[in-house]
Amino acid sequence: MEVFGVPLQALLGQLLLGLVNGSFYALLSLGLAVIFGLLNIINFSHGALYMMGAYAAWMMMEYLGLGYWWSLLVAPIAVGGVGVVIERLMLRRLYKLDHLYGLLLTFGIALIIEGVYRDQFGVSGQPYPVPSALRGATNLGFMILPNYRAWVVVASLVICLATWYVIERTRLGAYLRAGTENPRLVQAFGINVPRMVMLTYGFGVALAAIAGVLAAPIIQVNPLMGSNIIIVVFAVVVIGGMGSILGSIVTGLGLGLIEGLTRVFYAEASATVVFVIMAVVLLLRPAGLFGRER
Amino acid sequence: MSEPRAANRDFAIGFVVVALAGVLAPAIGLYPVFVMKALCFALFACAFNLLLGYAGLLSFGHAVFFASAGYALGQSLKVWGWPTELGILFAVAASAALGALLGMLAIRRQGIYFAMVTLALAQMVYFFFLETKFTGGEDGLQGIPRGKLLGVVGLENDTVLYYFILAVFLAALLLIYRIVTSPFGQVLKAIRENEARALSLGYDIERYKLLAFILSAGLTGLAGACKALVVGFETLTDAAWQMSGEVVLMTLIGGVGTLFGPVIGAFAIVGLQDQLADRVGSWVQVILGVMFVVCVLGFRRGIVGELGAWLERRRQPRRPGS
Repeated sequence: MEVFGVPLQALLGQLLLGLVNGSFYALLSLGLAVIFGLLNIINFSHGALYMMGAYAAWMMMEYLGLGYWWSLLVAPIAVGGVGVVIERLMLRRLYKLDHLYGLLLTFGIALIIEGVYRDQFGVSGQPYPVPSALRGATNLGFMILPNYRAWVVVASLVICLATWYVIERTRLGAYLRAGTENPRLVQAFGINVPRMVMLTYGFGVALAAIAGVLAAPIIQVNPLMGSNIIIVVFAVVVIGGMGSILGSIVTGLGLGLIEGLTRVFYAEASATVVFVIMAVVLLLRPAGLFGRER
Repeated sequence: MSEPRAANRDFAIGFVVVALAGVLAPAIGLYPVFVMKALCFALFACAFNLLLGYAGLLSFGHAVFFASAGYALGQSLKVWGWPTELGILFAVAASAALGALLGMLAIRRQGIYFAMVTLALAQMVYFFFLETKFTGGEDGLQGIPRGKLLGVVGLENDTVLYYFILAVFLAALLLIYRIVTSPFGQVLKAIRENEARALSLGYDIERYKLLAFILSAGLTGLAGACKALVVGFETLTDAAWQMSGEVVLMTLIGGVGTLFGPVIGAFAIVGLQDQLADRVGSWVQVILGVMFVVCVLGFRRGIVGELGAWLERRRQPRRPGS
């Protein structure tokens, strides 16, 4: 069977790959949006922390013999802890200043992290095995579905939707949203806003680390994987706008799919299609698809 | 003395110091190619600072203007065989045109979004440079001839080229001074301080921002063309996001919104890289990162900014008892 002269199997395979990439975009842009909501800072080190998540999994396997499922639990906590330290020691000093300083500071942190990992591990990638429970593929009749890729999409969706639920539907989320609107008033009601800010940053960073662990078996773990993806994620964030949680999930997945489709029909443009879409969105709807005009 | 006159005098003193240092640098044994490269980066940082320091727009994609000028210069000199001065003009025009195109999109968002948009647009151009033929892709554009100036003065000699680059640099510095002290520059500062107020005063802020962006991109192009002329090649390194980050750091260290800060910052960074590159390898990136963090946390005014604040304190007449 063919669609527009492309074998269906190849098309579906690329779409799945697009969905996998889209899951990473969704997880990363969700983390950026959560952090931006409360801290008003664009976390440039998000890509580097995603890379740290992947390396945490690799190092746990290599040095401690701990497998994938342990990393999925421990890596986000460890990297989230790094995030908490960054917030406590550095970001906290910048809240009263122009938000651009937060961007510059986290850019510097990203350079430091990437440089250290490059020195330690070189620029070549390290392979990470697919966990045994998710090896192999399932034949769906119309396509062969690699189990691990399906897992990545499902797991990311579950994490994203759980995050959405916590923020939009629980008391804790209500505090968070209130803190976004008016932190001083929330503090006056007896809520420890600085601690909430710290934990929010840690949580956003943990999301990046989860994405890193999920990505480890698919791509080669290497120090540059973070800076490669973060610029695309910035474009995703500009396209979606950071006003809504569901918006960033939908935009991330959608752009992953579009990238996959582009790879089938016009492979040369697949690296730039997200940026082109960003340019079009800027022309037609500058605030982003789900953003609010300020 | 009134404030503008004091500022004028400060600029004149600074300009003479920079010019003298530039003229004397080869005489005290500094390697001319190194100083030329540093001058090009200094001009790059000044052009970037025109946007960040005076219009308040943080562009995270200025490297592509630097690189596009280098490619344009290489194309016109090596392939088309144009005279050097025409090649430089073409390179500046190419960068300004690219600046108009990207600027038109980028100024539709403000603040942090502006930074993200410029970064993403620059990455798009980077991929374009990677794919197209005339840039030589990953190999870069090699063997750009220096040619002759106005068909007479051969630039192959490093000393001759040095004084040419120095003259271009000083002229551009005067132009930037002229821009920021002009009514246009005053409006830019007003937009930086309070965009809503500038808008309500009737200024077409989008046009001002776009013009500032184009001017900055064009001057960045001048820097890029000179740098390509000095080293004789152009590669993707100049277009990468790391380069956009470096120029931010140069400006930050020297002092955002000061006329000479970016010059000092550029010499500091280029000198540091020159000294460290062979010794510490990938730690250069770590050191640059640490400098970023230190500057943002505790040194936001930069070298020239701190110096200016110190002078300002000394100029204030002391009140009795304090």
